[in-house]
Amino acid sequence: MNETMKKLIYALLFLCISQLAHAKLEIEIIQGNASALPIAIIPMQWLSADPRPETGVSEVISSDLYRSGLFEPLADEDMVDRPVDEESIRYGTWRLLKVDYLMIGQVRDAPGGTGYDIVYQLFDVHTQESLLSQITTVGFGDLRFGAHRVADAVYEKLTGVPGAFSTRIAYISSTGTGNAQNYQLFVADADGFNPQAVVGSPEPLLSPNWSPDGQQLAYVSFEKGNSAIYVQNVATGQRELVSSGKGINGAPAFSPDGRYLAMTLSYTGNPEIYIRDLATGQKRQLTNHWSIDTEPLWSPDSQWIYFTSDRGGRPQIYRVAAAGGKASRITREGEYNARASISPDGTRIAVAHGRGNEYRIAVLDMDTGRMRILTPGVLDESPSFAPNGSMILYATREGERGVLSAVSADGNVRQRLILTEGDVREPAWSPVIR
Amino acid sequence: MKSTWRILLALVIAVAISACKTTEPATDTSATDTTDTKPVVEEATTSAAPDPRDYTDARNFDNSESLLSKRVIYFDFDKSEVKREYRDIVAAHAAYVAANSTARVTLEGHADERGTREYNLGLGERRGNAVSGLLSVAGARGGQLDTVSYGEERPVCRVSDDNCWSQNRRVEIVYTAR
Repeated sequence: MNETMKKLIYALLFLCISQLAHAKLEIEIIQGNASALPIAIIPMQWLSADPRPETGVSEVISSDLYRSGLFEPLADEDMVDRPVDEESIRYGTWRLLKVDYLMIGQVRDAPGGTGYDIVYQLFDVHTQESLLSQITTVGFGDLRFGAHRVADAVYEKLTGVPGAFSTRIAYISSTGTGNAQNYQLFVADADGFNPQAVVGSPEPLLSPNWSPDGQQLAYVSFEKGNSAIYVQNVATGQRELVSSGKGINGAPAFSPDGRYLAMTLSYTGNPEIYIRDLATGQKRQLTNHWSIDTEPLWSPDSQWIYFTSDRGGRPQIYRVAAAGGKASRITREGEYNARASISPDGTRIAVAHGRGNEYRIAVLDMDTGRMRILTPGVLDESPSFAPNGSMILYATREGERGVLSAVSADGNVRQRLILTEGDVREPAWSPVIR
Repeated sequence: MKSTWRILLALVIAVAISACKTTEPATDTSATDTTDTKPVVEEATTSAAPDPRDYTDARNFDNSESLLSKRVIYFDFDKSEVKREYRDIVAAHAAYVAANSTARVTLEGHADERGTREYNLGLGERRGNAVSGLLSVAGARGGQLDTVSYGEERPVCRVSDDNCWSQNRRVEIVYTAR
């Protein structure tokens, strides 16, 4: 068989093997929240004829709520009672256990044989009121996703903020050294389960960025020898080379309506920000300064592009109207501020904030001008806001290995997501997938 | 006494003559004769190494005594100026490239791990361009030079300390054609 066929087969084999060998992310709470809401998620009755999955729906829901730092789910072994319907709830028991909220439910076959119904009810233990009574239907194989949706509903009901448990994260993992070094772009559930390699290369990959519909990822790849920007459909694997000119092709960022891609190009002699119309391929230059202008970020209302520039000496965050105009400086505190991520309400940006040799994640409230450092460092970077603004995913170091961590937007809760192999970096939290 | 001096004188003359004899073949294979057809193999094994200061001679790429064998320039933190101590190395490569129109050089720019990756792509490129600019000023033609930045993506070491960081802040002078 010819060389191209051989290469293709090896590439496919490699992708398959890497998926099998790849271990999931582990989550560990480093610092909890003293005012977490006590909740009991009773294991759901399994009413389907199909074999029970290894991890029950209730367990996934409990883990999600626990991970948010705002809930304290009751441990299985402390569940002295397991009511199956509203009538069998003995509220006195739950008050004694100091539980504020109670969830019961069942999983049964969906009508029409299309999958499963997750039937659930959420009660306030003190008022004995039914807070939620719903059915979430999912296809076969999507039970975890269904459980995440239920956790989202509970989170929203009890905190007023939409949940982000049924979202996904993208990240880059690097393994090996020297000639055996390999890079992969992974997409996993927001809890780290089910990582899928989207693309792999012996050359560096960086800067993954989600399209607003959660279907595509833009990223930078050095597979052609120089940096180039690709846009790839996550489900089909099909991809398009979007930019590969001379110089840097970097930092792609989809606009909120998905029609444009902001990016950094340096073919004119120094890195500038451009906006490319994805339908026509036309691009327009947004910055024009001899400094390094990079890491563009759209405001949620599409009116502004925030970016990193060292036009004032060292990197700081600036912004310019997406329609064009004069740039103005946004970050005022600190020697180094770069790679902004913006909250969904557009009022706060998270940045990599440097002082001396130490880099931490800080959040600037643009309304008040106050900047708050959220992480201990010392090599923290690539902050990425959850689509509900509640948490920030970022890259940090543990010894010589890169790992991902998540910190709550108020800094009270921090978690480490540990990959059991590989050097992990560049996380990107997906939008909510409807 | 007189006979001892005569013997000594004879000895000195003999040594002088034998010394002259061994230097003669060396002058025959000197660099000024490169346009002549090369002598046979036994002459080649005794030919002189290239003058390490002849920066137009490709043999000096592998000659550790020549600046042409030095192909990495190091930079200070957050800086892209080519320091004085590296100017001679850059000048040597400029001389080679200017004298050899077939030469093609890629300046590969790098940064240490501190700071964000995309900004570091910019920093690596700025360093590559600084070296490329000096080469141009000294006679290299634009079409002979290319700059590629790898930012912090291709470190030579992975320890988070000053020693390793200083090794990663570099431009590598890579000849894609000589």
